[in-house]
Amino acid sequence: MGLKALDYETMNENVKKVQYAVRGELYLRASELQKEGKKIIFTNVGNPQALGQKPLTFPRQVVALCQAPFLLDDPNVGLIFPADAIARAKHYLSLTSGGLGAYSDSRGIPGVRKEVAEFIERRDGYPSDPELIFLTDGASKGVMQILNCIIRGQGDGVLVPVPQYPLYSATISLFGGSLVPYYLEETANWGLDVNNLHESVAQARFKGITVRAMVIINPGNPTGQCLSEANLREILNFCYQENLVLLGDEVYQQNIYQDKRPFISSRKVLMDMGPPISKEVQLVSFHTVSKGYWGECGQRGGYFEMTNIPPKTVDEIYKIASISLSPNVPAQIFMGLMVNPLKPGDVSYDQFVRESKGILESLRRRARIMTDGFNSCKNVVCNFTEGAMYSFPQLRLPPKAIEAAKQAGKVPDVFYCLKLLEATGISTVPGSGFGQKEGVFHLRTTILPAEEDMPEIMSSFKKFNDEFMAQYEDNWNRSRM
Amino acid sequence: MRRFVIGSARNLIESSRQKYQFERSILSSPYRFLSSSPAADSPSSSSSSSSTMAHPVSLNTINPKVIECEYAVRGEIVTLAQKLQEEMQTKPDAHPFEEILYCNIGNPQSLGQQPITFFREVLALCDHPAILDKSETQGLFSADSIERAWQILDQIPGRATGAYSHSQGIKGLRDTIAAGIEARDGFPADPNDIFLTDGASPAVHMMMQLLIRSEKDGILCPIPQYPLYSASIALHGGTLVPYYLDEATGWGLEVSELKKQLETSRSKGITVRALVVINPGNPTGQVLAEENQKAIVEFCKQEGLVLLADEVYQENVYVPEKKFHSFKKVSRSMGYGEKDIALVSFQSVSKGYYGECGKRGGYMEVTGFGADVREQIYKVASVNLCSNISGQILASLVMGPPKVGDESYESYSAERDGILSSLARRAKTLEDAFNKLEGVTCNKAEGAMYLFPRIDLPEKAIKAAEAAKKAPDAYYCQRLLAATGIVFVPGSGFGQVPGTWHFRCTILPQEEKIPAIVTRLTDFHKSFMDEFRG
Repeated sequence: MGLKALDYETMNENVKKVQYAVRGELYLRASELQKEGKKIIFTNVGNPQALGQKPLTFPRQVVALCQAPFLLDDPNVGLIFPADAIARAKHYLSLTSGGLGAYSDSRGIPGVRKEVAEFIERRDGYPSDPELIFLTDGASKGVMQILNCIIRGQGDGVLVPVPQYPLYSATISLFGGSLVPYYLEETANWGLDVNNLHESVAQARFKGITVRAMVIINPGNPTGQCLSEANLREILNFCYQENLVLLGDEVYQQNIYQDKRPFISSRKVLMDMGPPISKEVQLVSFHTVSKGYWGECGQRGGYFEMTNIPPKTVDEIYKIASISLSPNVPAQIFMGLMVNPLKPGDVSYDQFVRESKGILESLRRRARIMTDGFNSCKNVVCNFTEGAMYSFPQLRLPPKAIEAAKQAGKVPDVFYCLKLLEATGISTVPGSGFGQKEGVFHLRTTILPAEEDMPEIMSSFKKFNDEFMAQYEDNWNRSRM
Repeated sequence: MRRFVIGSARNLIESSRQKYQFERSILSSPYRFLSSSPAADSPSSSSSSSSTMAHPVSLNTINPKVIECEYAVRGEIVTLAQKLQEEMQTKPDAHPFEEILYCNIGNPQSLGQQPITFFREVLALCDHPAILDKSETQGLFSADSIERAWQILDQIPGRATGAYSHSQGIKGLRDTIAAGIEARDGFPADPNDIFLTDGASPAVHMMMQLLIRSEKDGILCPIPQYPLYSASIALHGGTLVPYYLDEATGWGLEVSELKKQLETSRSKGITVRALVVINPGNPTGQVLAEENQKAIVEFCKQEGLVLLADEVYQENVYVPEKKFHSFKKVSRSMGYGEKDIALVSFQSVSKGYYGECGKRGGYMEVTGFGADVREQIYKVASVNLCSNISGQILASLVMGPPKVGDESYESYSAERDGILSSLARRAKTLEDAFNKLEGVTCNKAEGAMYLFPRIDLPEKAIKAAEAAKKAPDAYYCQRLLAATGIVFVPGSGFGQVPGTWHFRCTILPQEEKIPAIVTRLTDFHKSFMDEFRG
């Protein structure tokens, strides 16, 4: 036999460095157990429809009609599809260049991008240019495209919150860049302190890293905090002073569970701040059909909007998009429907509002149930889930538990989460997958299990946790914050 | 004050950068694929002081690999065509033609090809399963499409088509695909070897990412090639090692040429990691003979190369004397298994007779790698969570279509055969038309969706091209566009032997439009040659 071309040793090192805990060790173990017949509750990923959330009816009707346009010619189509779905399907088909089966413009269907721009304008009160909006196969692909543009090598650093959604750390590793962490403050509700930012940048520069970009996730993942307007101003000022492009991951903008800090887009604040900042600070904003109350993860629909990116650079980004030809067309239609919703008077409006409200109100309740549930557990402290889809409780593991983890060759929160999985079937993601302060442990779960299942899940968790803590405690009581 | 100064400095940098870009692309573009060094020199970065002043996302501060890579299929000529199209919307008489005819891209449904009804029925039902319970649905959909939809939904946990699936794709769908591969090849396929992706292109990128560590890693690519490969290699910082297909022998692939290029690049210190073979070929359309494929497999095995088999046109074969054989089938028939050859096979829902480009469905079948490598492949796939579910379902339909005896089989096979026979006819008509043109020779399109005629441009035309700062084939294509509205892609976008010129034309315009295309092309060509003949 000849030489082996691709083995572990000869693979791209950057690939080896990539870690993505969301579908890592815990998930793989959970899948194994599921195959063996154990009932598993997957709370490892923000995947609402996998846990029983139903898709909204109207968009599914529209896309089904677009898939099978011959239905539109059938006189009986009105028996199972409402008139407004039929009209919308015709509208979107007319925007395509040959239906769902043709590659669209590499940036996405112009008519849909126009709808996205109009949505942004309604939301923020400032005009948005469809030419600067690119639809992508999910927001993740957009994030990867932009980071690929920014990262030239190891010398390029990207500021990333800790804890963060590990798409960012994984992508930075993949492209050979440097992750520059800035720590969110758990005791201040996962707040962002600009001094932390300054410190992080200074440390990075001391190591010879050129800091190029800053990522904010608002609302946060896994932390759920919603940034205040003042915070956003601070961040934009900081980016202006330090010449950083701001990457605003805003995929959870519809998932807000408190009223003190409603969602404000980075772009709105930027525009509010006026020139010179509004004309200088570069911003890329990301959104998706996967979250909110739509939860259409499987469609892979997203977009990014560019602000203050020079035209020739936009052309280069367009060029890269063109290599993949086009984002998938059905998801583009989902995106159009999401940003251009039904209006009062539309036949399907009431049902749409009922379904949407039902989901959002339930998420709000579940956010509270889960937070309170965790806080009632021994040695567990949990900030309230202000937004997004996750709960990120802190586990105050006794020293003996940490020792046991070491013996087992596992990181302490991985050890805990594996035990939790074995005992209860609840599949979470250890906090180490998101980053955390040294010696502080968490796990991330979603607030997505069905409301009726929540009480049982929380009591199952509490039973396991309190027994675990009792087992490893040594007359050593930690009082809760 | 500081910002103002930076602003003008930035403008200067950007405009000088643009000039550099322009010159570089003109000089290097036709010759891009001939050298074994990475496509074009790295652009010199501006001095450190000005780069810290410049915006983080601007031409002189972004990843130079982004600047370097090119993709002609949606490149300059297409941008030009779109401009003309826009002009015609406001001024219909602005140009001497009524419509732009996009023959640049393998996008069948944008030119009127109809989707396969059965596939769309199943997809619509999976998109909106709520209607499966309604009796009226029976009147709108065929019975077997309803049955198939149920079957698929039962393979999806909770019947949730809006949920992220397993990162390799839904298991039940991979089972169907594996069964389809086995039925096609006569050798077993493992669903765990299959990774469903948003089209074949992301799968190609994934493999390049794994294989390429630095510019010292080379990937053997056919010249001419589909420029996804050159672009992906450039983006990942590797080196494209060209091997020339032989135009004189119908774009034949000679192992002796592979050996020669391999040796040359090794002598330059390049580690060649993989061999890309596109079969049927793009843009060249040849279908490899089985003997040829055996020699290729043997070569990869001996030299320790990963065989990257782009087989997206496997259902587009137009000549009775040739048949598609997958490289997996060929390898297994030679007695080579997992331990002998590392092979990645790419398939897509975009081509064939289904032409579902906009769905972004495809997969790679990965065999011959160790478990530790496969773990890494899985890991990279998991960062993107999963490919779109509708595309996954479609891939399973493509690899597991209606069978004889199924209610929809007759209409399905009529649609399929109608499309394929029409493609074969159009391939022949256009091939003949090209061969009638002065100075043009065109190899037969045995498969795929393209013709790649060679044009001997008169010296005068080449000089005119130089004066216009264009590669000669790009100049011809632009003149053609301006006169007729027809969009071809210049051969330099695919690579060609230096000093030869080609263009790629798809066989996809609807049959009724073909005569008009032939007439316009013929008239234009005659007047072009009249203008530039020596």
